[in-house]
Amino acid sequence: MRVSLDFSALGRTRWYEYAVRFLFGGAITVIAGLLAKHFGPAFGGLFLAFPAIFPASATLVEKHEREKKQRVGIFHTDRGLQAAAVDAAGAAMGSVGLIVFGFTIWKLLPLWHPAAVLLCATAGWLGTSFALWRIRKDH
Amino acid sequence: MVQLLFRFAVGGVMVTLFAFLADLLKPKSFAGLFGAAPSVALATLGLTIYTDGKSYAALEARSMIVGAFGFFLYACGCSYVMMKFKLPAVAVTTSMLFIWLIFSVAVWLLFLR
Repeated sequence: MRVSLDFSALGRTRWYEYAVRFLFGGAITVIAGLLAKHFGPAFGGLFLAFPAIFPASATLVEKHEREKKQRVGIFHTDRGLQAAAVDAAGAAMGSVGLIVFGFTIWKLLPLWHPAAVLLCATAGWLGTSFALWRIRKDH
Repeated sequence: MVQLLFRFAVGGVMVTLFAFLADLLKPKSFAGLFGAAPSVALATLGLTIYTDGKSYAALEARSMIVGAFGFFLYACGCSYVMMKFKLPAVAVTTSMLFIWLIFSVAVWLLFLR
């Protein structure tokens, strides 16, 4: 299956659902910074990979899928839950990419320009995650 | 205070951008990858490099590897529990955060402190 953009999905997402993600994202960024200041960077760094947004995302995926089925008259279905489980499996693959991201920054940041390292690490996250997703799709 | 507000805004914008992209993408199994996007890390590390220097940020990134391993265990656990026990996503994804917390803090206590 090809990866594509589905602009109709934007109509299903309410503004407050983005507001919730903005608040969670902002909060965890501040908390990670404060923890690093208080307990040191070795502790604060853990929270750069804290799944702060994931519960909200998975819950929305489940809700949107359930509503989609209800619109066509199907009220008793596990499709919402299945979609959330697939979303979690995707996040597991993305988290392997996150390991590559962290490793790239750790090793290259002392040597290269920060912008180049952040770009390289993001490409490493996307490349690793995409490769794992393709492997899983093909087998 | 101004720095905290700036940090909050940058983190919020990064996370919202990745969430927006995830909503647009099809199939949903691919969009799921963005549930573990480095949005908070990009926002935090960018600011940390600017305020505390590269060595400090590199140390944070080393610990982030441990947090990402914890994320992997957490996401696998959530997927398994939702499929196997058919429990609501909000209950599973929230209650299982303890897996991430226990793993990450234990590894920090044992090896990184």
